[in-house]
Amino acid sequence: MHEISLIKTILETVKKEMTVCGAKKLNSITLRVGTLTAVEPVALRFAFNSSIEKTDMQNAVLEIVESKLKGRCRDCGTGFNMTELDSLCPICGGGDVKRVSGTELDIISIDVD
Amino acid sequence: MHEINIEKKILMKNDEIASGTRLAFRKMGIFAINMVSSPGSGKTSIIEESVKKLGVKAGGIAVIEGDQETELDKKRIERCGVPAHQITTGRACHLDAEMICSALEWVMDQKNLKLLIIENVGNMVCPAEYDLGEEMMVVILSVAEGDDKPLKYPALFNAADVLIINKIDLTPQTNFDIERAKKNALKINPGLKIFTTSCTTGEGITEWCAFIAGLAAKGTEVKE
Repeated sequence: MHEISLIKTILETVKKEMTVCGAKKLNSITLRVGTLTAVEPVALRFAFNSSIEKTDMQNAVLEIVESKLKGRCRDCGTGFNMTELDSLCPICGGGDVKRVSGTELDIISIDVD
Repeated sequence: MHEINIEKKILMKNDEIASGTRLAFRKMGIFAINMVSSPGSGKTSIIEESVKKLGVKAGGIAVIEGDQETELDKKRIERCGVPAHQITTGRACHLDAEMICSALEWVMDQKNLKLLIIENVGNMVCPAEYDLGEEMMVVILSVAEGDDKPLKYPALFNAADVLIINKIDLTPQTNFDIERAKKNALKINPGLKIFTTSCTTGEGITEWCAFIAGLAAKGTEVKE
């Protein structure tokens, strides 16, 4: 539901970066979206396409890199992909797991002319 | 064609404003909590019962109400004798840091404030992403919903520090299993502190109030 306000924020940041670099045309934006965020990539794309329609950014493409949920066992230090939200450490079976990725909402880069 | 590396959080601006607000609250000695849930879980009722229990003896409590429309909740809180400020978000489905920041002046006008309760817009999705400058996020789940809700809305339960399972007096009328709900919530977030309450019978309200009163008295050293 908040994808439109996220896109608005993203476009504000991108416009600022483009002004700083003196870029004229936006080709693409690459985002990192964690699987444990409340952001739906389909809705994000829809919001993006609606927001750039009939603007000077209208041909830009939104790339979304999904960041998988990964954990690190606090007992034995093993890093692993979590398949479920309550994944146990595959090496020692410990349940004290720190999530190391999967909650990101970042702008990675833009491609411009 | 060339690539420009940005590597910034999308909500960087929100997070910056929230950090500023948090600092302002800390300087004023205010402990702020952000209460989130689906509509109808009993957020406002819990706040009413809490301020009634805490308000008279502790003092120094204020409430910010977030709703899409109306000042109904502000009036409900004011009837309990506690100052309340209403933010209507219009089309937005959540409070954001800027909205709370613009209420700072009202907050500063409240004397000897120790505890600020922010009631977010009823929504289990969007508020998960927006830091408001609070010290603690409290998620409320009522037994009239499902005990599998933590699994369905993991982002919110992951972001929260405290879970209140509310309307427990209705449990016999539902197939809600409190222990299963706790287990599901702890799967998502093993660090959650859990309370069970009923605003009708008053069960659990004392424990919850003692917890927040303790935090408000201790000040704002809970989170880094």
